[in-house]
Amino acid sequence: MGVQVNLISKEKLNKMGSMEKIRMILDNVKEGKIVVLESGLTPEEEAKLIEFTMLEIDHEKFVGIELESYPQREKSLISKILGKKHGRLTIIGPANRLKTIEKQEDLIKALIT
Amino acid sequence: MGILSALKKKLRFLYKIFLRKDKLKIGIYGPPNAGKTTLANRILRDWIGEIIGTPSEIPHETRRVKLREGVKIQVDGKSITIDVVDTPGIAAKVDFHDFLKYGLSEEEAKRRAKEATEGVIEAIKWLDDLDGILLVMDATEDPFTQVNVTIVGNIEARKLPLIIVANKIDLPTASPARIKSAFPQHQVVPISALKGINLDSLYKAMAEKFG
Repeated sequence: MGVQVNLISKEKLNKMGSMEKIRMILDNVKEGKIVVLESGLTPEEEAKLIEFTMLEIDHEKFVGIELESYPQREKSLISKILGKKHGRLTIIGPANRLKTIEKQEDLIKALIT
Repeated sequence: MGILSALKKKLRFLYKIFLRKDKLKIGIYGPPNAGKTTLANRILRDWIGEIIGTPSEIPHETRRVKLREGVKIQVDGKSITIDVVDTPGIAAKVDFHDFLKYGLSEEEAKRRAKEATEGVIEAIKWLDDLDGILLVMDATEDPFTQVNVTIVGNIEARKLPLIIVANKIDLPTASPARIKSAFPQHQVVPISALKGINLDSLYKAMAEKFG
């Protein structure tokens, strides 16, 4: 049986609130799907995602997530003035199915089983 | 909500400038088994002759935040008084099977895993109550993990002063340079908390950064 991969566009993510994104990610990942976010999450959203993941670990079927994103780039002057943060491409999956092999500043190698 | 949160952060920043506290809460953060408790013990032993916890090779040994108040550090005429906050290791997965290989029974491993998940949440919540962070990374490991990136991102978003501690430099495969190149925007201090190597540099950095 194959593994479903959901690629979520930046436009769709921009229309979603933080909790909506986290719920969508966890629901998908708990069903064994891999989620790829074009514009990623903010650091605060990543921390919130880890918190909710911890709450939902059941020690049997769901033991957590594998989450990988490119590090954030240095913010432009305009972004600094506006205080806007932009995440970068992020891949999230169940910890028992997605394994990161290598991660560099602009390259993520992962294995889906 | 976003505007309110941004305003709160800016006000906190101004509060810290104009109403400097005489006692600072410094959190020791990092992934499991980076040496956080060993570092907390080293700091406490050096300055007040106590320890805060017992380190272990089994991941997630620290599963509750531990606090020791009023630790006075004096370096080169500078002095800071800190509350040391030793936190559980932050991880995005906790699998009880990982603990079985250390000889724990299934029941013990499951209990440890449950407590570990609660500890991760507690560690994240504490970020809102701190004045500075020592982020401990194992210098023998790849520093580019998502947990490290997420912790650094959250500390930056909260505008908290940060020192990255490249721990375990006594081991032959340690490479603090790899940590420096992964996080070039932050100060990195190489140490061995276990052997007490280069702690003077860390205390000096703490007095300058947090004082």
